Amino acid sequence: MFKSLADAIAAAEAQGTSLAAVALAAEAEDSGRPVADIRASLARALGVMRGAIAQGETGDLRSASGLVGGDAAKLRTGPAGPLAGTVFRDVLMRALAVQEVNAAMGVIVAAPTAGGAGVLPAVLTGLAARHAIPDERVIDALATAGLIGAVVAERASLSGAEGGCQAETGAAAGMAAGAAVEMLGGTPRQAGHATALAQQGTLGLVCDPLGGLVELPCVFRNATGAAIALAAIEMALAGVEFAIPVDEVIDVMGEIGKAMDVRYRETAGGGLAATPTGRRLAKERLVQIKRS
Amino acid sequence: MVSILDIIGPVMVGPSSSHTAGACRLGLLARGLVGGTPTRATLELHGSFARTGEGHGTDKALVGGLMGFRPDDERLREALDIMEREGLDYRFEKTTLGEDADTHPNTVRITLERAGRSAVVQGSSLGAGRILVTAIDGFPVEVSGNLHTIVLVAEDVKGSVARIAQILADNDLNIATLRLTRKQRGGDAFMVIEIDDQPGEAVRDAIRALPWVRWAYRLDKVGP
Repeated sequence: MFKSLADAIAAAEAQGTSLAAVALAAEAEDSGRPVADIRASLARALGVMRGAIAQGETGDLRSASGLVGGDAAKLRTGPAGPLAGTVFRDVLMRALAVQEVNAAMGVIVAAPTAGGAGVLPAVLTGLAARHAIPDERVIDALATAGLIGAVVAERASLSGAEGGCQAETGAAAGMAAGAAVEMLGGTPRQAGHATALAQQGTLGLVCDPLGGLVELPCVFRNATGAAIALAAIEMALAGVEFAIPVDEVIDVMGEIGKAMDVRYRETAGGGLAATPTGRRLAKERLVQIKRS
Repeated sequence: MVSILDIIGPVMVGPSSSHTAGACRLGLLARGLVGGTPTRATLELHGSFARTGEGHGTDKALVGGLMGFRPDDERLREALDIMEREGLDYRFEKTTLGEDADTHPNTVRITLERAGRSAVVQGSSLGAGRILVTAIDGFPVEVSGNLHTIVLVAEDVKGSVARIAQILADNDLNIATLRLTRKQRGGDAFMVIEIDDQPGEAVRDAIRALPWVRWAYRLDKVGP
């Protein structure tokens, strides 16, 4: 697999093809599996992603602690805001839906992780539905997202415990942005800028879940992560370029993660988890879990 | 080397790849040591597994794994109820399994029994669903569950590795890794063999039939 997005973009440009195509070819070479097999695995993942959205949008799910659940349904049927009826609102709804299913022990695709599992399906399936994109191209987009995530895993980290939330929902936003740009007809180069634009918008983001549970703020971080991905997609497709190369943005995300105090890396020792209300809620809710 | 299918996956029951999917895999791997679903088990939780395990469903995932459910099995959510219905006697304890510096925060030690067989297995969930079993019956090991594994305890006799390698070769199995440890010279030797393809029961039985092998188990690949 590629260890640099610049290399992957150069390879795609040289062959006059997409990042998805070079990613699938590299995966086939690494694993010895035919491309059709890999696509079948990605198709299964897409099915699970859509299943999670369908389950989550109904709004009758509650997490173990009861801290989250029911908010996806509010975006579906609740009062209109300025973005009512837009794909933006639909994507936010989908991100919340997947993450509410995750918090309620439903089936999701960890992409790249369970805690950041809402961003990629929300952005890809939301945009695909809006633009009537066939599944084969959404599957290609998952391959592109996998390539971007693999580069992040190689150069930085995909773990909140190692790199904070910038390595989970931040990386997910970068993956979703690059993948969606290609799915919508953008070039590999534009996809790289989209990833850089999304990842730069999440640099420094801490991982601070109440009580250490993948619930609050994780559910909402997925929605705001998806919003950042949409902003990056819109800018990249409009021709906006980010001056710092995408590999360097990923590298610095890893550096910031290493420098981040351990309180901000999934330990519930800092950030929202350590606010007076965060501590109180975690204490109350954890007691409730033990009783139930 | 990172695979795009590791990034877009695994398909799993939430909420946490380390506290839920990884815990399930530890249970799945452990059950192989008693050849099926244990009737009794004590699960000692350490560190973050003890502190936040209940909220992450770590208890349900471990129990589900012991009952043979995989990380994407929706029955994990009801695993504790199913355990009670099946009359299985599993107990949880919160404990300290070592110094924080040398013990991974997501660690469990499982003592399990089934049909007169028992085993003690300690393992950790390393993140992203990856696991590492670090001790079996007090022997230090490193089993990832990423490949099919045979574990065995044998008397410390000369040529034992060659004999076992021959059995595997005769069955067209390729050894990926092999580790041999013993507590003292002339004492029992503990062997962990990771194999690319799934060994049949006949292979395990052939190994068990060797006069100097005390016991041998076949552990299924549990992920990713």
